[in-house]
Amino acid sequence: MKFRGKIMDVACLNHFTRVITTISKLTKMCVLRLTPDNLFFVLSGKVANGGVSMWCELSQENFFDEFQMEGVSPEDNEICLEVTPENLSRALKTVQNAKAVKLKLTKKHCPCLTIAAELPTLSSVSRIVTHDVPVDVIPRRLWHEFKEPSMPDFDVSIYLPPLKTMKNVVDRMKNLSNFLVMEANLNGEMNLKIDTDLVSVTTHFKDLGNPPWGDEASQDRGPSQIRDPDAMAQTRVDIRKLQQFLMGQQVNPSKAMCNIVHERVVHLILLHEDVSLQYFIPAVA
Amino acid sequence: MPLSTQSQGEDEQYVLVASLDHARNLSNILKAITFKDHAIFNATPNGLKVTVEDSKCLQANAFIQSKIFQEFTIKEDMVGFQVNLTVLLDCLNIFGGSTTPGVSTALRMCYKGYGYPLTLFLEEGGVVTVCKINTQEPEEPVDFEFCSTNVTNKVILQSESLKEAFSELDMTSEVLQITMSPSQPYFRLSTFGNSGNAHYDYPKDSDMMELFKCTKTQTNRYKMSLLKPSTKALALSCKVSVRTDSRGFLSLQYLVRNDDGQICFVEYYCCPDEDVAED
Repeated sequence: MKFRGKIMDVACLNHFTRVITTISKLTKMCVLRLTPDNLFFVLSGKVANGGVSMWCELSQENFFDEFQMEGVSPEDNEICLEVTPENLSRALKTVQNAKAVKLKLTKKHCPCLTIAAELPTLSSVSRIVTHDVPVDVIPRRLWHEFKEPSMPDFDVSIYLPPLKTMKNVVDRMKNLSNFLVMEANLNGEMNLKIDTDLVSVTTHFKDLGNPPWGDEASQDRGPSQIRDPDAMAQTRVDIRKLQQFLMGQQVNPSKAMCNIVHERVVHLILLHEDVSLQYFIPAVA
Repeated sequence: MPLSTQSQGEDEQYVLVASLDHARNLSNILKAITFKDHAIFNATPNGLKVTVEDSKCLQANAFIQSKIFQEFTIKEDMVGFQVNLTVLLDCLNIFGGSTTPGVSTALRMCYKGYGYPLTLFLEEGGVVTVCKINTQEPEEPVDFEFCSTNVTNKVILQSESLKEAFSELDMTSEVLQITMSPSQPYFRLSTFGNSGNAHYDYPKDSDMMELFKCTKTQTNRYKMSLLKPSTKALALSCKVSVRTDSRGFLSLQYLVRNDDGQICFVEYYCCPDEDVAED
């Protein structure tokens, strides 16, 4: 098992740091899957984390100038590590002005992701700062838990309003209630609702547009084609989970959308060029 | 449902309709009196009066005249209800209460009458939020019987000068002692804290003193904890009138100018803590 990567470009380093920071806002622990082409940050929906799951996909060649890896075996050419994204993010933030950053899987007292940054100097002697972030290597037999989640058979898919507006609204609603109902229809309308003993609040977004999901998505899913465009699909979620998702946004996505499976799950997707982030919030009764 | 297309028929059911182009003009002034959850609303054709009280010793009133609102329609001589102020403020700031010029939240506040919720329609950038805040039986505010004929001492100050004093007040002192007198020291604020006693004196001919009308030497103590909430009003205000009556009750009146340059008033009444023998 070997892994080493090198980032030389400042813009790539900044971008990579922002992605990791976003992930660190969403979860304390997650799994980093390394393949020859991609990096995946995965959180599988366990009860312990409130059933929330996450899937973040990065293409290595968009970030790394050098990327070498050797998986556990030629057939399973992958490495699966449990990491604390907060630690990675903190280490990366301190080396933002580095000339080059190397990421390496090392064995010190325990397995570590070693971040070695070459900092600029005025003299000819180079300065290298090294961070060792401890990780756990996940054995092959547990890998099946960290596969890409399948696209849910959603009732409604809709583009999200500006995330900042949504964040403001959700922040205030959080002060008033623990739960929030998210509902949307195929007419480009989305509502956020709370209802308590003291107050009921509904925020109406309209003209958001519904993403076209191509033929393969709709073909075998006839019902979504003939669905009444005004009919709302709704899911009641833990407001903190949604707030967390909105709070962590460091990457300004080019596309943000949401799929709702009626009374089952809210599936949020952010796309930004080479990065995609999926976040699943389960329904609460 | 945009504010403009609210059907006329629906409007007719309301006993009170008040609209504001900038919801901030209302939320700001309400912040100045937010120290307890319950607020008593009293609307008359003159405008809106919002009252918050603490343990029958402190009362704060915010007055928002009807002309501050772009629309203010009231069908009865008086409409009263009580709502949770913290909830109301969260609703008014649902879009984040942005201070960016050009971005503002429009508000339409409607009330159908006894037993109905207070309904807010808020709009910013084409996004509409509808809030229904449950109302409660309005309580009768305490009458402090503070009447201008019984006022013994009165000063009007630029808020700037009092802000400075209040920000430096020794909060370890349990009370704030106010001395007002036609002779030295004229207007004095005193604290008695862990690190000793402190006095702030204002000369009566200072630029900061707009009016000085003291007829009798009076020294009264007020609980610091009761006066603390009034600093929120002070922070917003441009002028403050400090008055005491013959019983030692304190009235603080704040003149608050909103973003549109209009004037509102916030008033605090406070009971004296104990009598101090006059010298």
